[in-house]
Amino acid sequence: MYPRQFDYVAPGSLDEAFGALGDTSKVMAGGMSLIPLMKMRLFSPGTVVDIGRIGGLDTIDDHGDHISIGALVRHAETASSGAVPTALATAASLTGDVQVRNRGTTCGALAHADVAADQPAGALACGAVMVAQSASGTREIPASEFFVDALTSALHHDEILTSVKIPKAGDGEGSAYDKLGRRGGRSDYAVAGAAAWVKKSNGSIEAARVALTGVGTKPQLADGVAEALVGTDGSDGAVEAAADRALEGVTVLEDLYGSEEYKSHLAKVYVTRAVKQALANI
Amino acid sequence: MAMTTSALGGSVRRREDPALIQGSGLYTDDYTPHGTSYVAFARSPLAHAKINSIDTSAAQAADGVVAVYTHDDVAHLGDLLAQVVVAKGRPLLANGEVNHVGEAVAMVVAESVAQAKDAADMIDVDYDPLPAVIDLKEALASDNLVHADLESNVIVPWEAGPFGDEEAIAATKQTIADAKARDDTVTVSVEAVNQKLIPVPIEPRSVVAEWNGGYGRFRVHSSSQVPHALMGAIKTTFGLNANDVHVTAPEVGGGFGVKLNVYNDEILCCFAAQQLGRPVKWTETRREAPGSSIQGRGWVGTATVTGTKDGEILGYELDAIADMGAYEQNFTAAIPFLGLFVGSGQYKFPTHWKATCVFTNTMTTDAYRGAGRPEAAYYLERVIDAYAREIEVDPVQVRLKNFFEPFDEAVVSPIGFAIDTGDYGNNLEKLVEVSGYEDLKAERDAARAEGRHVGIGITTYCEVCGFAPTALSELGFSWATYGLPAGFYGTSLVRINPDASVTVITGTGPSGQGHQTTWAQLVSDRLGIPTERIRVIHGDTEESPMGIGTFGSRSLAVDGSATYDAAERVAAKAKNIAAHLLEASADDIELDADGASVAGSPDSSVDWGEIASAAYLPYRLGETEIEGGLESHVIFDAPNATWPFGAHLAMVEVDGETGDVKILKYMTVDDCGNVVNPMIVAGQVHGGVTQGIGQALFEESIYDESGNLLTGSLLDYPIPAAADLPMFETSHTVTPTNINSIGAKGIGEAGTIGSAQTIVNAVVDALESLGVKHIDMPLRPKRVWAAMQEARG
Repeated sequence: MYPRQFDYVAPGSLDEAFGALGDTSKVMAGGMSLIPLMKMRLFSPGTVVDIGRIGGLDTIDDHGDHISIGALVRHAETASSGAVPTALATAASLTGDVQVRNRGTTCGALAHADVAADQPAGALACGAVMVAQSASGTREIPASEFFVDALTSALHHDEILTSVKIPKAGDGEGSAYDKLGRRGGRSDYAVAGAAAWVKKSNGSIEAARVALTGVGTKPQLADGVAEALVGTDGSDGAVEAAADRALEGVTVLEDLYGSEEYKSHLAKVYVTRAVKQALANI
Repeated sequence: MAMTTSALGGSVRRREDPALIQGSGLYTDDYTPHGTSYVAFARSPLAHAKINSIDTSAAQAADGVVAVYTHDDVAHLGDLLAQVVVAKGRPLLANGEVNHVGEAVAMVVAESVAQAKDAADMIDVDYDPLPAVIDLKEALASDNLVHADLESNVIVPWEAGPFGDEEAIAATKQTIADAKARDDTVTVSVEAVNQKLIPVPIEPRSVVAEWNGGYGRFRVHSSSQVPHALMGAIKTTFGLNANDVHVTAPEVGGGFGVKLNVYNDEILCCFAAQQLGRPVKWTETRREAPGSSIQGRGWVGTATVTGTKDGEILGYELDAIADMGAYEQNFTAAIPFLGLFVGSGQYKFPTHWKATCVFTNTMTTDAYRGAGRPEAAYYLERVIDAYAREIEVDPVQVRLKNFFEPFDEAVVSPIGFAIDTGDYGNNLEKLVEVSGYEDLKAERDAARAEGRHVGIGITTYCEVCGFAPTALSELGFSWATYGLPAGFYGTSLVRINPDASVTVITGTGPSGQGHQTTWAQLVSDRLGIPTERIRVIHGDTEESPMGIGTFGSRSLAVDGSATYDAAERVAAKAKNIAAHLLEASADDIELDADGASVAGSPDSSVDWGEIASAAYLPYRLGETEIEGGLESHVIFDAPNATWPFGAHLAMVEVDGETGDVKILKYMTVDDCGNVVNPMIVAGQVHGGVTQGIGQALFEESIYDESGNLLTGSLLDYPIPAAADLPMFETSHTVTPTNINSIGAKGIGEAGTIGSAQTIVNAVVDALESLGVKHIDMPLRPKRVWAAMQEARG
């Protein structure tokens, strides 16, 4: 497992980092996904830009109505900080293993955009906004527009995902994430997983976001489910009925861990479980 | 668990661990002699193809490249030597065709690993693809051949009932046919896959070869379970003597049978080292391992039981096909034969057992922890469970009804082999007792009443290990093909040094089994000298008298016994010396940690230092006939293999919505005879059961119909982690063997042999209400769910 030759730079500031970015460069934070791909020679960047030494990117900050998770915040911290909404925190806690969670970063997992990763679903359900910076300025990209395709995000080559902004949970809001892992239980990448965020007032669901991972060509919102939930009382029957719309707009992909039929079934199961748990978490 | 520091039966802490935990243990890849060059292989991307040409020019010209070799360069060395080759051995480098993905086509030697890898990528091979043979039933029946120069893909059929007696086999078949024809019997079949697995020792293989032309010697470090066999293969390939090749297996990070093989890369590194006059190193990458190291299992078969409606089994049949991959290596076609040995398990019913070995265009299979025996136990215990379910008799009762009665003199199994000792009913009854089986069933039934899918699986196994005597060399159990006609005995040298420390040199090649600890306990038990003063050396062909290695749960039963016996002889000599020094009779001398004393006269004593110095200053032995020195070397040729056995129980819950299997409980009652170190035995059971659970739930080497390996990385080949497992509850019965002096059988493979079918039986039990009869491993949620869907209609 040896990568092809590449250049390595470890800039001390974002400006230096922007200067190092080019058509064949790749940003590395924890390296937990990038390095295996390079070692298997499935991906061979010309230059690895290691942002690990840039100061000020390793904190979760409270901005009143939202928090921001910096580019160097590790999965373990996202999982345990207490400041992160449950759906994303749970997704972070189920990412990889202990070593991976201590090195890999939440922003890295989002930028990597793996179809079976946990945190993209959490970010989608929580209504996250990606903060992409480059030499020419800052773009804010809603999570719903960020995951473009398998391993493809809306980031440009000259941009770095410097933080992700997440609205803080308010009264009447709850979120959750659940999955079936490839090793059964919740171990390993998601065979199928779902994250849900709901807001309830006066006994009925006022707003909802539900996201799927592991099932389709990218982590994506299941807008039909959210639409079906809104206005209901969130009863088990209402949730199960809404879950029937889980696959609207989803191209289900078969893999070693599930047939199209099975994954379609799991999508509904995990949407149901995640929404019920989100309601319970209010 | 109480920790003790000495003697037999104590959980002495592993003396190997400080170095391993502190990172100072030296593995093969840690050896980098001055001037080392590095190897990378260009490997076939195709399962079956003719090679039109190989263009190495770009690689030759690449930065840092020292040499590039293809088959023509090494043709004079012949095929890779292997102990049991029936039909087709492996060429050192692909010879005009490739027969599996990952086959080595060319070898690059360069100044750095990265340069070697880069250059290997530049080798341009022009292939003409051929149709691949992947499916086992097709391999058996089809004209499409892996090797066009052979008549068929069949290597050998192994058949027993009993083994080696065609008339008796015909009679057994007739007996079973008669039983089937009776109207008071039922016949139940299970067609099942025992899937191909990729073993994953945590340390990939590695070899460093050095050639000194002046001395005319090879110095080789290799991650091997069988350093002597490797030494033999090298000396035979290069026309040298055994004493011209010094092989050391330093720390070996797991083997599981993968490293019970001599590999082409080991021979090729020696070749390059000799050609180049430089040390040559190759370390396998995880990514290439599925095509460069042997795989295991890979059977399809149908198991059938015929019995009465009250649980008396009148006949058992197995008809299986076993995947040997593309080429035979060390024991390839002999592995199903090891399964044959225990084809009838603990049972006395007539058995007709057949496994046909076939070539496919996939990586070679060979010994993987259990090696044939997990497969044999799987089919037997799955179909007995299906039969018990069919006649609605508790699976425990069916088994108890068909066991051999307890025996302490050998009995001959229906397969035709003599089993040393056994007490199967007692063992299974202990599992019933310690598990609270009746309570578990009540718990299961209560859960079912709530609509949950909870099941219990219970199985038994009979293993065979520590293969002996050396007369089995006629069946291939020796290193004769490597120019070393040495059978599977145990060997050990025990030496008290002049300073009264003890050095033990043993013929094993452990990869985590704890021999440095256990052997020290054995020696301490005989001499009285504390284990702290005993050092055990293994895995070295120059230090150790001709050794056989570590595999097949053999080391303790044979090499351990040799160690024990050698220590006994040293003790006898020490007593003679002490008797001389104390002017007493040797019969009255007692040994302990301090030295020797006269029984009943504790003041009349000499310490170990005085005894040792008398041995090494022989003038002090005066007029006695005692020779100088204080050591003994024993070669122990056991009269039989050992036949451990045991019973396992699993309780599982299946998620009715997803098919996800959760193991609620896992309990074992193993019987490996006398136990030297309970902690190490428990560790072996834990590891073995984990690998069996890996097969039951997660692991599968999947080749598509074109022969592409779909599970070549750990991303797609999930292995169990601690978090996926329940707490194991292990206990034992003790039925000592009578074929060695310590009464110990083997335990290394028992956990693997007993576990996969236990999980599957439990899952099938959990889904009983749906009518699910069988699900093929691995029981990934998708398969379990599909089976539930099918059963639900």
